[in-house]
Amino acid sequence: MDHVVVTVNGMARPLPGVAAHTSLLDALRDLGLTGCKEGCAEGECGACAVLLATADERGGAEWTAVNACLVPVAAVDGQEVVTSEGLGTPAAPHPVQAGLAAAGGSQCGYCTPGFACSMAAEFYRAGRAPADGASHGGNGEHGPNGFDLHALSGNLCRCTGYRPIRDAAFGLGTPEPADPLAQRRARPAPEPVATRLGADGARFVRPASLDEALRLVRDEPDAVVVAGCTDWGVDVNLRGLRAELAIAIERLPELRELTVGDASLEIGAALTLSEIGRRLSGRVPLLDQVFPQFASPLIRNRATLGGNLGTGSPIGDTLPALLALEARVVLASVDGERVVDLADYFTGYRTTVRRSDELIRAVRVPLPMAHVTAFHKIAKRRFDDISSVAVAFALDLDDGVVASARIGLGGVAATPIRARATEAALYGQPWNDEIVSNAASVLGSEGTPMSDHRASAEYRALMLESALLKLHRTHPMASEEVPA
Amino acid sequence: MSELAARPANPVVGVPMPHESAAMHTTGTAMYTDDLAARTDGVLTAWPVQSTQAHAHVLLDVRPALEVPGVVRVLTAADVPGVNDAGVKHDEPLFPSEAMFHGHALAWVLGESAEAARLGAAAVTVEYEALPSIITIAEAIEAGSFQGISPTVQRGDPAAALATAPHVFTGVTEIGGQEHFYLETHASLAHVDSEGQVFVECSTQHPSETQEIVAHVLGVSSHRVTVQALRMGGGFGGKEMQPHGFAAIAALGATLTGRPVRLRLNRTQDLTMTGKRHPFHAEWTAGFDDDGRIVALETTLTSDGGWSLDLSEPVLGRALLHVDNAYFVPDFAAHGRIAKTNKTSQTAFRGFGGPQGMHVIEDVLGRVAPALGIDAATLRERNLYAPGQATPYGQPVRHAERLRRIWSELRESSDFDARRAEIAEYNAAHPDAKRALAITPVKFGISFTLTAYNQAGALVHVYKDGSVLVNHGGTEMGQGLHTKMLQVAATALGLPIESVRLAPTRTDKVPNTSATAASSGADLNGGAVKAACEQIRGRMAAVAAGMLDADPGDVSFADGRVSAHATSDRSYSFAEITQAAYHQRVQLWAAGFYRTEGLAWDTARMQGQPFKYFAYGAAASEVEVDGFTGSYRTRRVDIVHDVGDSLSPLIDLGQIEGGFVQGAGWLTLEELRWDETDGPGRGRLLTQSASTYKLPSFSEMPEVFNVHLVEHAAEDGAVYGSKAVGEPPLMLAFSVREAIREAVAAFGPAGHCVELGSPATPEAVFMAIRAARGAGAVVRKAPRSDVATARTTSQPLVASDT
Repeated sequence: MDHVVVTVNGMARPLPGVAAHTSLLDALRDLGLTGCKEGCAEGECGACAVLLATADERGGAEWTAVNACLVPVAAVDGQEVVTSEGLGTPAAPHPVQAGLAAAGGSQCGYCTPGFACSMAAEFYRAGRAPADGASHGGNGEHGPNGFDLHALSGNLCRCTGYRPIRDAAFGLGTPEPADPLAQRRARPAPEPVATRLGADGARFVRPASLDEALRLVRDEPDAVVVAGCTDWGVDVNLRGLRAELAIAIERLPELRELTVGDASLEIGAALTLSEIGRRLSGRVPLLDQVFPQFASPLIRNRATLGGNLGTGSPIGDTLPALLALEARVVLASVDGERVVDLADYFTGYRTTVRRSDELIRAVRVPLPMAHVTAFHKIAKRRFDDISSVAVAFALDLDDGVVASARIGLGGVAATPIRARATEAALYGQPWNDEIVSNAASVLGSEGTPMSDHRASAEYRALMLESALLKLHRTHPMASEEVPA
Repeated sequence: MSELAARPANPVVGVPMPHESAAMHTTGTAMYTDDLAARTDGVLTAWPVQSTQAHAHVLLDVRPALEVPGVVRVLTAADVPGVNDAGVKHDEPLFPSEAMFHGHALAWVLGESAEAARLGAAAVTVEYEALPSIITIAEAIEAGSFQGISPTVQRGDPAAALATAPHVFTGVTEIGGQEHFYLETHASLAHVDSEGQVFVECSTQHPSETQEIVAHVLGVSSHRVTVQALRMGGGFGGKEMQPHGFAAIAALGATLTGRPVRLRLNRTQDLTMTGKRHPFHAEWTAGFDDDGRIVALETTLTSDGGWSLDLSEPVLGRALLHVDNAYFVPDFAAHGRIAKTNKTSQTAFRGFGGPQGMHVIEDVLGRVAPALGIDAATLRERNLYAPGQATPYGQPVRHAERLRRIWSELRESSDFDARRAEIAEYNAAHPDAKRALAITPVKFGISFTLTAYNQAGALVHVYKDGSVLVNHGGTEMGQGLHTKMLQVAATALGLPIESVRLAPTRTDKVPNTSATAASSGADLNGGAVKAACEQIRGRMAAVAAGMLDADPGDVSFADGRVSAHATSDRSYSFAEITQAAYHQRVQLWAAGFYRTEGLAWDTARMQGQPFKYFAYGAAASEVEVDGFTGSYRTRRVDIVHDVGDSLSPLIDLGQIEGGFVQGAGWLTLEELRWDETDGPGRGRLLTQSASTYKLPSFSEMPEVFNVHLVEHAAEDGAVYGSKAVGEPPLMLAFSVREAIREAVAAFGPAGHCVELGSPATPEAVFMAIRAARGAGAVVRKAPRSDVATARTTSQPLVASDT
């Protein structure tokens, strides 16, 4: 096939004119579906949010909100997309649209279609149920209808101040039985299709199998391997990068497994962070702390651990956590697999030991995990921001003594790093004010933080120090250990 | 009550209703300028060649761009048939030979696609001959680099008053800028129609000025150019002056190629090319008596105007007029000047200098309260204007009693005293987290200080079937102006709102309009729409009087029926009367005009009555600050605000809440960082994307948000007794900054004066917490008899913010 076909709002739309780099956003707008807006072109604002039918864990489909600006339209070849226009019309609005309008949830209206799509995804979420009051009481982030406000944290509005949007979300009921999008969930999501788009110098290929993918990366060392495109999409849109060949691997089944063994937990590199969170269902408390702070659902619905590891950014929020968990990286090539300690994986700023002929297949987390874990992210904004500093702790306390200490840091060096001097300062020592205070000073001198537009070097160092003090304050003694 | 302010029985104004386009917004069917481009065949895309130096002579070679497949043409200065200037001050060459800031557009490439135009722009070679650059206000002050006027507002003799004041404080306040970050970036779409008319669709708050600039660039008369502003995806002042040049580029491209040309800035271009809220630097000296009453204030405000004047002069003027905020300052002097720097040309932004002016006095009060030993809320209340007092520029503060009424209502509705006691308990029990509740007032002057702008026009058509079409000169940017105008027209004609439709704003319907700005949209255009409707209603009343055997003055229009009290057994539908009027050859359309009466402003002396009235409000905000990181949450906000008698309560509520959060963003989160080094990137905006420039998200929404409109607040000088609402609520957000300041103070010893960066980012807050924790006991409240001691003691307490 040399052109992409996407089912948009229930209608198959052949897209003969699109290029390998064309975003889903631009393709939709060229179809006249201009409800989808470009607000930032880097997945921060959500004005381009649309719904994508993805596989749920029970063989059906779910409506997943994604940023259309980041996803190459070629990556959704054969898939089903719903835009704000497909949700409802002015004469017959969808419940989320009617609710938003009535609450005063739109002013200029430019962000509104994206909000409607993010809100619809949460409206249709299978697990959404009225809160019991006890578990969600007080934080204001869950509505009485079970609506999780985090579902909207990747959508920015400059006009309303958000209160009416929240009220609209919290006022939603449940889908009617006859709701076609609700019914659609009962059938399987579209299968991945092998895609070959473009000509020499600008191709997009989705290999049909892992073998084919491995041969491709062996034969095409300059190819860009893409999964969720939450980083690559930014390079395309903001930095004008174009790949001679982009190889999409996020639908390969071998990269989408999650297995729990006796000695380790293996997480497929191409599972999205949202999928991982759901499928781990609390098995890795540290990751449960990371995910809600990682960008936004619109990003987490596409972003993968493989992507975080592949780009090797020093501020990828999962990496400090994986370092603290002493994770290992499973690299696959046509010659077989090798396993590398994550601590040895990074070689420099956005460089790693991964060879160009290798794919990241999975991440292995050794079991059992440490008992005391915590993730501290320092950013200007609580939702939907990038870390200036991230600190992940994994400690075991045995009778008031630090039996093991693993600390991963982001944002303080060219790569994510382990805070080994601090770990040494804690190991074997009593978990008391004096030791922690001294270790916090050591932590404050780890890495080589820089000053930039996010934070000063001084503040970054101080935040490292604060993180350990705060951990100690929230976990004062072994006998009082509680999940953070 | 005046005829302008009086409402009929059961008016449509005052009824809460959603935005008139809400159903289209939510379903993605509301069209914006660039959405039209997606529906236009054969459209070319314009892409800028941007300077990579802050200040340099430039020499362009555009030939390589023409080699790029899909590039149609490159626009340069040689192509301009008219005036090569994009502004009204003639200091903004559209195609410059001297790059004045990093990101300055030097030429524009037209391509068959955005990709072709982008690659074409990248192919243009630019030779730079570097010139010295000035990036910061401090550098400008050092170099004496200023532009435009340097006015002073003065009353009394502040120097003499300060010399004898019991307590004198001096300090410097640095105030950050702010990016508008309208979700819709600048966009224009131009084509030349079959009659040679240049038709420009433009996301502009000021269509008439866009039209004038397009005309002068093209070297044609205004009547050959029509500008339409369908709706904007946010404006906030950023589309008052800044769209003109972009519209001119699109129009120039269309005239030269004969094809439609679209120009839509991407986010990076918008951030690096367009003006922002002015950063300010303020030096101040303030004197207080023992009771905390301000006796004198002298301040010098230096704004960062960027590379050209744009609206910097009136922004500075409004800043000087708002240094007093809601407080009576007997002896007062505020001097202003505009730095000229090699940065984007800073421009209008919601509040238009008012926020920066108020920032000075709110910073003074928040900083010195502990030194005076007076609780900040008490200090503020004690200094509020009282009836009979006038501003430093000589305008009586009409309805000053309303300010105090709001203050006491708010203290009550927010349960202020009880919550403060709870907070004290919480703070005593939590060494690592502190809460605070702060209350601040707003008094904001309504009218353009450029008096000529206080006029508006409307064109109202009533068709034979009784349906009504309204055109007016105001633009819709999300603020709900069109919703209010529909309500005004329906009220004036006694019709249900469904009978009235609003047509997009365009310059061939209503000419010579003012910018939709200064919160004035509803006041001015509402006056004009009402005037037009009333002319028509008057003519229809004469017709109806004949049919009802009644006196025309007795005819009433309500709910789509026309009747007369004297013959109340009979009535006609509105459409029956229009039919009859048509057959009697009665004109069923009218142009309405409105101008604000009673303004008298002497710009040279900075004295007089620049404002029709003041909008008042107050906010009480509670925050919790984390001692480990400096991060904070806004736990609860209570607002009491004066919108007169609201034209549209749901719209006004949205303006208040949205303005507040936007103001909180400016004061606590949004940070513009520029490369101030001498390196190769000097002058480059470092925060040039949504991932580096952070505006408020859901996490900044106050967890509890209570807004009350002042009741029975009819304003006699505005349409149907309403007041302007667009800008004033933004400044209610000072309550958040002051609450953060007080929470930071709670980490330190009593009496510690907190200096807080602006914006008060988590980093700035954390640094302030460190200073508070490190502070020793502080000398409290110097005695009156010991003036000299007080003066010397107070100096170091309030040193520079920098």
